[in-house]
Amino acid sequence: MYKRWWKILASVLILYTIIGGLLINVPRLAILNESIRNLYFHVPMWFTMVVLYLISVIFSIKYLNSADEKFDLIAVESVNTGIICSFIGLATGMMWAKFTWGTFWTSDPKLNGSAIATLMYLAYIVLRNSIEEEQKRAKISAIYNIFAFPAMIVLLFILPRLTDSLHPGNGGNPGFSGYDLDSNMRLVFYPAVIGWILIGVWIMTIRYRIRLVENNTNQIN
Amino acid sequence: MKKILALFVLLSFSPLLFAQDPSVEMADLFRSSGKIYVVVAVMALLFIAFIIYLFSIDKRLKKLEK
Repeated sequence: MYKRWWKILASVLILYTIIGGLLINVPRLAILNESIRNLYFHVPMWFTMVVLYLISVIFSIKYLNSADEKFDLIAVESVNTGIICSFIGLATGMMWAKFTWGTFWTSDPKLNGSAIATLMYLAYIVLRNSIEEEQKRAKISAIYNIFAFPAMIVLLFILPRLTDSLHPGNGGNPGFSGYDLDSNMRLVFYPAVIGWILIGVWIMTIRYRIRLVENNTNQIN
Repeated sequence: MKKILALFVLLSFSPLLFAQDPSVEMADLFRSSGKIYVVVAVMALLFIAFIIYLFSIDKRLKKLEK
């Protein structure tokens, strides 16, 4: 967490994807056109969100096992950072949808699922803020978190696959098979995913450390 | 004459080398003007600034922790 090398690695990876993502050749597909490059920026946000929520649920379980307050702080800051990623993901997705599907929002299972999942995690924050007593708050929100995570996975990755969806990678949609197989795009896409996940975790650790400092000063006073 | 004819025949094939499907619109003109590099530079700069900012927050936090 305090080491530096992985932060530098993340920066270099993202810098590479910004340059490579705009300049390296992509497949020519109708409707998508150049907007196919959004894949490098829109999709990693969701990957980062899922990883942060996963970290959160792991630390919630650890909290319930040990009642160590630090684990609870990691869990809540992971959700806080994950929610930011999901909002960026929603906003960029709406932008992309406007220019490929012609509308900002359609009642597509993938879009609605992602919106509900985001609301679920907002409810987690609301739940936390509504409980005064610290241990009670940590315990109840940890249990809520354990239920929210599988529900989020179902909403984002399982339900859309069971029905038809406009969003690539779901239902009867052929997906981005054109670029699923494109090695040029993988060359940029995978570093982008790894890079943004690391950046997300980095921001989470900064928020967690601020919390620790705040807690220390509160106890001294 | 033969040389010029050969040139034209070869030139007519050349778009195939650049594009899988030339009927799909891509930012070819934009790229050929070279200005795309300006956008890349701006985005890279923006990101570098963001990273430096993040590192400076990290550094200040480290001081605070001590």
